[in-house]
Amino acid sequence: MHLAYPAVLSALLFCTGLYGVLARRNAILVLMSVELMLNAVNLNLVAFDVWLSRAAEETLHSGQALTLFTIAIAAAEIGIGLAIVLAVHRNRGTSDIDKLRDTAEGHEPDGPDTDTPATGTAAEKAEATA
Amino acid sequence: MTTTTLAVLVPLLPFLGAAAGLLLGRSAPGFVRPLAVLPTLAALVLAVLVAARQGGGRAVDAVTELTPTGSVPVELALHIDGFAALVAILVGTVATCVQLYSTGYLRDDPRYPSYAALVSLFTSAMFLVVYSGDLMVLLVGWEIMGICSYFLVGHYWETPEARAASLKAFLVTKLGDVPFLIGLLALATEVGSFRITKILGAVASDSLDHPTLIALLLLAGVAGKSAQFPLHTWLPDAMAGPTPVSALIHAATMVAAGVYFVARLLPLFEASGAAMVVLAVMAAVTMVGSALAALAQDDIKRVLAYSTIGQLGYMTGALATGDRGAAVFHLLTHGAFKALLFLAAGVIIHAAGTNSLAAMSRMRGLRDRVPDAYWTMTVALLALAAIPPFSGFFSKESVLGAAEHVATGHTEHAPGAAGWTVLVAGLVTALLTAAYATRLWLLAFRGRGAEAPDHGRQPVVMNAVLWVLALPSLALGGLAFRLLPDWFDGHDLTPTLTTSVLGTGVALVGGIVTYAAWRHTSALAARTPLGAVAAHPEGDAALVEAEAIAAHRPAYGDLASAPDPSDPGRLLLGPVHRHAAVGFHLDAVYTALFVRPVQAGASLVRFLDREVVDTYVRAAGGLPRLLGAAVRRAQTGNVQTYVSALLAGTVVLAVAAVLVATGA
Amino acid sequence: MTLAAASHGFLSPTGVEIAFLLVGLVTLGAAVLTVTTRQLVHAALWLVVALGGLAVEYLLLTAEFIAWVQVLIYVGAVVVLILFGLMLTRAPIGRSPDADSGNRWAALTVAVASAAALVWVVVDAFRTTWIELDGPAAGSTAVTGASLFQNWVLPFEALSVLLLAALVGAIVLSRRTKAARADEVSRAGTPQGQQGGVR
Repeated sequence: MHLAYPAVLSALLFCTGLYGVLARRNAILVLMSVELMLNAVNLNLVAFDVWLSRAAEETLHSGQALTLFTIAIAAAEIGIGLAIVLAVHRNRGTSDIDKLRDTAEGHEPDGPDTDTPATGTAAEKAEATA
Repeated sequence: MTTTTLAVLVPLLPFLGAAAGLLLGRSAPGFVRPLAVLPTLAALVLAVLVAARQGGGRAVDAVTELTPTGSVPVELALHIDGFAALVAILVGTVATCVQLYSTGYLRDDPRYPSYAALVSLFTSAMFLVVYSGDLMVLLVGWEIMGICSYFLVGHYWETPEARAASLKAFLVTKLGDVPFLIGLLALATEVGSFRITKILGAVASDSLDHPTLIALLLLAGVAGKSAQFPLHTWLPDAMAGPTPVSALIHAATMVAAGVYFVARLLPLFEASGAAMVVLAVMAAVTMVGSALAALAQDDIKRVLAYSTIGQLGYMTGALATGDRGAAVFHLLTHGAFKALLFLAAGVIIHAAGTNSLAAMSRMRGLRDRVPDAYWTMTVALLALAAIPPFSGFFSKESVLGAAEHVATGHTEHAPGAAGWTVLVAGLVTALLTAAYATRLWLLAFRGRGAEAPDHGRQPVVMNAVLWVLALPSLALGGLAFRLLPDWFDGHDLTPTLTTSVLGTGVALVGGIVTYAAWRHTSALAARTPLGAVAAHPEGDAALVEAEAIAAHRPAYGDLASAPDPSDPGRLLLGPVHRHAAVGFHLDAVYTALFVRPVQAGASLVRFLDREVVDTYVRAAGGLPRLLGAAVRRAQTGNVQTYVSALLAGTVVLAVAAVLVATGA
Repeated sequence: MTLAAASHGFLSPTGVEIAFLLVGLVTLGAAVLTVTTRQLVHAALWLVVALGGLAVEYLLLTAEFIAWVQVLIYVGAVVVLILFGLMLTRAPIGRSPDADSGNRWAALTVAVASAAALVWVVVDAFRTTWIELDGPAAGSTAVTGASLFQNWVLPFEALSVLLLAALVGAIVLSRRTKAARADEVSRAGTPQGQQGGVR
């Protein structure tokens, strides 16, 4: 099989994930896009490992080993990421990334989407970042 | 202890006293007075011991070089000859008297600790100047005196007069010190040493290339320090300081430093005929001009200040005739009687509550309020007017005698022209001196009008000091003129018949004419009531004086003179009075020549700074501001925007890297 | 290999290649739908399709162990987690008009540009490279296991520590603090949850 097929597919998947990360509003959708990018990398790793295991005399199968590690780390990442998103959602009442703008100049902590308990936390955060 | 150790202790003790006074002034007020008086007194005793051991014989020289300092070595050197030993005694005596007097005069002054410490520091610096055998070390003392003078003149810094006067004193003396420093360096470069003995040796072997240039440069510093024309204008204004400061600094010691310096290096000046003539002309102009100005002043201390300038003129005149013995003789007697005059004037100002002669002339019985000041001041004024047998007579006659000696061509030391200049100016000044001394005495003690206010007795310590100083004023000249030649160069200091008769004669004429004029004018006093009196006459003397100085300008419209028709000086001077009262417009000339151009330059610089330099500065600030505002718009807080920009940049960089790698 | 690659042209694909291409198209399409659909739950479901397609691709590349791990962990665990996440953040069921942020066109530009650059570079570099898929499977469980426990034991164990840390971290992050719990209690008293109303 031509190496170009998995490589091109991997590149396209990666850019699709990239688009998702940059364009999606909901934090969980962004996490899904990150998963897509990670999988694109995995595909690349597997394809090159298969190619190299034929081409080289001795191989450590590093591509497959790293793929397994990536999958494990992706699992950990999605766990932590979801926990953060849940915490943010609990504090702010939203999980929209483009509404979390505490680092901007002139940021108004009392946005229309924040409810009463969120105000205090947001103000604290604004103070911390200021 | 060796003589050298004693001599080193003399400047060191007041210095330590000053340091201790400054350190303990706030925490231990009880120690301030002993710390002020005792080190100075000890220094006086040591100075007497040093003089006794030196005994007018060979000069004591001691040198140590702490560290190499570059091309010309700076050495800690002592050079004690007869001049140094005797001048040190004078400095010690006056400083001790002034410190004692100050304990009474500034009795309630909250700034007394720093004042006393500065006076001690000043005394120490003067001792350093007197004893130092190295010109660089001498310069250190010279400049310390300058800065102490600045602080002490500005002691009443609440009054604008004192602030202006201290700044003026500092700037004018510094104006002279710059050429002085250049002259010192030029001299040291030519000789290869700052040591006085080596310099005198080089002068004796005639190995100086530019004696005239060096002498003239040094003269500028001397003129500034000793208040000689044309750099004398700071001295009358410096009377805004407390009276003891005037007595110590502006009569007896600091202003004498310049004269003393020339006396030390006189052979150097003698090597240049031009310098001697300049010195003589300077002395003559100073003498006559200051005596005329003294006759027109209303402030009692300004009269004394101008008289100081005139007497310093006598000293420089004696130096111009190459007779430093006469100059230092006059320095010694003048130091005694001028200190006495100032201290007595301080008592009078306190008693009368004013420093204005016009106001005093309208007070009856002032002399009965201050009998000690009356008698001692009479003695001092007689000494000032050079009436025999008071001390001033002998020293002044020695000056006139030296001038006559040169004028008649009996010596090779100085040009005859210098002798004639000094002689004629000296005689004229003798006349004027007697006149203003008489005027001062008559106006202060022979006032008519309301009874003088009674503010109680003066502090005992102040009166005691007056009597201590009255002794040398009375007898120093008569006792010393035979002994002093052994200490000095050996020139005879005995008065000659011609000059004695002439000098005493013109002095008597001056006194009598002034008395006549006073008889003529004093009737007018009752018709024009005048008076500027301190607001708190019951306060301590320093407070009274400060208020009197501050009250003078509002009362009379001028700091120096008063519109008083009963003033005999006004009658004697006639049309000259108006000009003499303001010091012959020299301040106005300086204003036109120096102050205005400097101010114009300053405003030009300010304009350039504000309009040109600041434009660049503002632009340098504004441009980043604009850029920052532009960049700030990108900071939306949206993480996705940031990552988009980051990745776009990454893509661009990656493509560029690939293109470069493939050589496209 | 380069010599061998010369005999394999793109115009005469093998069966495996055809299968790879078809599955790849499905995977890519599912991925594009994942990042473009307006229904959040659908996005998660399309993600399942994309990840499953990738598992098939792994199989086609003879990496069977990776393929089953992919199915187990991604399709089985991660997607379920994401669905839980969507549920807990009360993601709306149905079409939501604001699924994409205003950054979309910038994102599209960046993505297309990077895709073009990557594809260009990759194709330029590997257009003649050929993977020999005949012979023993390169990614069979035996081979992978041997390499993993011979050469990669230490990173493997380190990874277990990392997973433990992530586990603890996730628990700590999602625990409610006392204050938050008090808020929750007080909010339970109000007739309707404000957040649901806002969303």
